Amino acid sequence: MISHFARSLSLAAATLMLLGCGKSATTEQNASADLVVRIGASAPLTGPQAHLGKDNENGARMAIDDANARGIDIGGRKVHFELISEDDQADPKSATIVAQKLADDKVSGVIGHMNSGTSIPAEKIYSDNGIPQISPSATAVAYTAQGFKTAFRVMANDAQQGHVLGEYAAKNLGAKNIAVIDDRTAYGQGLADEFIKAAQANGAQIVAHEYTNDKAMDFTAVLTAVKSKKPDLLFYGGMDAQGGPMAKQLKALQLDAKFMTGDGSKTPEFIKLAGAAAEGAYASLPGVPLDKMPGGKAFSGRFVAKYGPIQLYAPYCYDAVNVMIAAMQKAGSADPEKYLAALANISYDGVTARIQFDAKGDLKGGAITVYQVQHGTWQPLYTMAANSAAAH
Amino acid sequence: MSRRSLCGSLRFGLLATLLRGFFVMQFSDKRNRLKFWLVLAALLLLPFITDALLGRSWVRIVDFAMLYIMLALGLNIVVGYAGLLDLGYIAFFAVGAYCYALTGSPHLALAFPMMFPAGVHLPFWIVLPMAALVAGGFGVLLGAPTLRLRGDYLAIVTLGFGEIIRIFLNNLDAPVNLTNGPQGISRIDPVSVAGVSLNSTQHIFGIVFPAVHLYFYLFLAFTALVVFVSRRLERSRIGRAWMAIREDEVAASAMGIDTRNLKLLAFAMGAMSGGASGALFAGFQGFVSPESFSLMESVMVLCMVVLGGMGNIAGVIFGAILLALLPEVLRHIVVPAQQALFGRTLVDPESLRMLLFGTALIVMMLYRPAGLLPSRVRRRELGADEPAAETSVYDATH
Amino acid sequence: MEILLQQIINGLVQGSIYALVALGYTMVYGILGLINFAHGEVVMVGAMLVLSSLTAMLGWGVPPVLALPISVMLAITGCMALGYGIERIAYRPLRHAPRLAPLITAIGVSIVLQNLAMMIWGRDYHSFPQLFANTTHSFGGAVINDIQIIIFVMAVAIMAGLMVVVHHTRLGRAMRAIAENQHAAQLMGVDVNRVISITFMLGSAMAAVAGLMVSANYGLAHYYMGFLLGLKAFTAAVLGGIGNLRGAMLGGLLLGLIESLGAGYIGDLSGGFFGSNYQDVFAFLVLIAVLVFRPSGLLGERLAERA
Repeated sequence: MISHFARSLSLAAATLMLLGCGKSATTEQNASADLVVRIGASAPLTGPQAHLGKDNENGARMAIDDANARGIDIGGRKVHFELISEDDQADPKSATIVAQKLADDKVSGVIGHMNSGTSIPAEKIYSDNGIPQISPSATAVAYTAQGFKTAFRVMANDAQQGHVLGEYAAKNLGAKNIAVIDDRTAYGQGLADEFIKAAQANGAQIVAHEYTNDKAMDFTAVLTAVKSKKPDLLFYGGMDAQGGPMAKQLKALQLDAKFMTGDGSKTPEFIKLAGAAAEGAYASLPGVPLDKMPGGKAFSGRFVAKYGPIQLYAPYCYDAVNVMIAAMQKAGSADPEKYLAALANISYDGVTARIQFDAKGDLKGGAITVYQVQHGTWQPLYTMAANSAAAH
Repeated sequence: MSRRSLCGSLRFGLLATLLRGFFVMQFSDKRNRLKFWLVLAALLLLPFITDALLGRSWVRIVDFAMLYIMLALGLNIVVGYAGLLDLGYIAFFAVGAYCYALTGSPHLALAFPMMFPAGVHLPFWIVLPMAALVAGGFGVLLGAPTLRLRGDYLAIVTLGFGEIIRIFLNNLDAPVNLTNGPQGISRIDPVSVAGVSLNSTQHIFGIVFPAVHLYFYLFLAFTALVVFVSRRLERSRIGRAWMAIREDEVAASAMGIDTRNLKLLAFAMGAMSGGASGALFAGFQGFVSPESFSLMESVMVLCMVVLGGMGNIAGVIFGAILLALLPEVLRHIVVPAQQALFGRTLVDPESLRMLLFGTALIVMMLYRPAGLLPSRVRRRELGADEPAAETSVYDATH
Repeated sequence: MEILLQQIINGLVQGSIYALVALGYTMVYGILGLINFAHGEVVMVGAMLVLSSLTAMLGWGVPPVLALPISVMLAITGCMALGYGIERIAYRPLRHAPRLAPLITAIGVSIVLQNLAMMIWGRDYHSFPQLFANTTHSFGGAVINDIQIIIFVMAVAIMAGLMVVVHHTRLGRAMRAIAENQHAAQLMGVDVNRVISITFMLGSAMAAVAGLMVSANYGLAHYYMGFLLGLKAFTAAVLGGIGNLRGAMLGGLLLGLIESLGAGYIGDLSGGFFGSNYQDVFAFLVLIAVLVFRPSGLLGERLAERA
């Protein structure tokens, strides 16, 4: 039996050796003149959120391509940027492996991860290796609360966004009786809880809190339960793949309530899936509307031409890469140790917002915009400063 | 010699004794003893070799593979020895992980400042057996209502049990915040052995041991322990009774075997191994959340057991290593292979990776239906070419 | 009251969908004693095939009245071929192998199909075109629409059709003979391989219909949709007694009802301590309770000593 054991070990060793050979010289610097700077990116590229993950990757890739086309000098040397994109499957364990791999690949910085559940465990590994990490879309408050100096995000957190949404629902829309559904993911639950706090603080009543999951397709049971409580507004904390069908089933059940949701459902996908029922739905997205930002319209035009419609976080990924490069330029080095301080103190005009970080690495003074579906597209309604929300 | 390096050498001494205890029965003559030392040396050097050749991410992957080995060996007790098909095994891993996470993180202090003003923070050597025991308790809890069920009915109930545990972990943040719900528990203390945190780089005799290496040795020790226990169980009265139940429950009970208690014991023993590795996982990763314990993970561990060869320890270990490494190996070779073949990347590496993984599962099973390294009993059965009794998961169907 | 009525309708619609998928599981299980874990993915492929052929034809200007039946036929044919292929490649060589071996290949097939679908149809969600006016009927304060009525009727009709096939045709007799004893059936002149292939093709054709129904009802299709659906349908099949056609129907409807009533009323019953987040816990607890008292499911045959 032990010979089996030894055999299996030697087999495993052989596999590893093979791999060692497979790792070739492609990762060496290509030309002697150009300094190669690697930037890592990670998002779920397989599984139910793959369409959003790919969107993230595309956003980062476009920024890298732009920078290479523009020709960037850092500390007097011409730089060639390389994107290393890895699939973390939205799984915390895979995320730590990916993080370690990116650290091994000697990346200068990481754009990611997409989800809070993957960003948090990976954070420690980046911090141990001194690699700055900018998440384009992790919204959990805990992400920047762990005290790691290397963690940043270019996205408002759940508290900031939930606050704006709750206030808007109760004050601007005058909702009195609000029902809440969340998908029991870190994102949906976090956002819903913050929304509830803010709505209650502004005088609204939460008449029902129901739940679904991030793979569900049928919401009729929970929506019927909600209907019995006669709300005037339904808030959903979760992603577009559920939000769209939910809005549709809401209409089909003849439940007459306004539908409101967060950034995860503010996508073209939502409108596609909800069909006519999408009309009038509200959602928020951190930042000022793209076409109101300098360079925003140009960005979206070029992105759509290259990769198709923007799903969600591609502009944030684009900004994250650019902020990182700007910090490198400012510090005159792509060495994480040297440019980390520059990154922490940066002020950069991106396509989503003017990006500045507070002491924790959260976005400082970001705005949050509320949108509504009008004639089949998301139209900005109202932009609110997130400052007050961040303070609480 | 500093205190630190003393601790280090002590730890190695302990490890060597443990490993030796396991191998000694196999390596009683001289030639075999040499083999034992060679295998041990190879294992001890493994993280360094891996690190040097492939990079540190591979050491981490190997660490996870060790956790999977422990899980697979635990499941092997239930499925391989006792023949009880369990599709919710990851629940015990989850229970162990949360035991460690709750006692080793600031979460309880934040959620119940009155009861635990400073958190619990028990030493690892107390939490680990506790996690194993609690998981074992859950094993009995699962076993009790399912004693009468067979085959696929058992499979669906265990699957449901696994989901129930996950759903509770995901939702027990209200009305009292016990598990922090989907947000998971972060800032979990690293495992520390004899006052040395494994989450730091250690210098022993001038050799640098990064955190992933230290965890490797810890996991290696525990894997050796699980292997040792499995071996002893296999050859004990209990192990033989399990196999009797697996082959024919009615006959076994007619021979005076207490099938009820022995089945419960199998569930408990399997669960304990899962719980212990869960605790190690929580300490290693520093973060747990319910999404790590999905049904797919249970299925993966079952695949490891079946693919490697149910009931055979070496086979199960091999299966676990193979399936834990395969997706990562594919992650690394899919792009370079395409580049080499076609000069560019034709297909997205991610889709191709999982596609190849699924194909590998099918192909391996088609060519080695009894597992890659089948157990001796199994091989004998196949050799006899006779359809066996119909109740066990081992059987040929008709 | 109208809420209760609505929840019952919700449950019956959802349950009919589970039943449609569960019928496919149970057909295969009844004959081979094999859990065809890839069945959920076949449903997904069915939905995708309907959707892409439909979109293509509508794009060419084919009128919906013509496009729908053609694309459904296409999907059914495609799924039957797929089912035949799966059985041929992944299950037939393992018919005499240890029992868990085909389970692993089934998981492999499921992963392969999912990722192939992702490569072919992409990662995006596809929305189902609205072809006909989907009228909503309202009675007693509760609502139901045409598609939902069709789903319910289809599920019952398909079950009835299968019952006729299994109990009143030569093919059905051969199926039952194989289920009893494969070797004896072979000795009696039953072409075992052929009958098993046909069973898989029948099951897959139903999967295609189920896929159509699901994507028409929810208005979407996605490469990942088969997994959860398959799991729920499998649960339903076991609840009703796997291998039994009426059991699959009963199990499906019951699971649908348990889920919707559970989601609707757990909160009120437990004083707000548990909510719809424990919907699945509730469903699984009912399943466990049923199996504790009836270890072969509600309508399962008492072949107690068979797994």
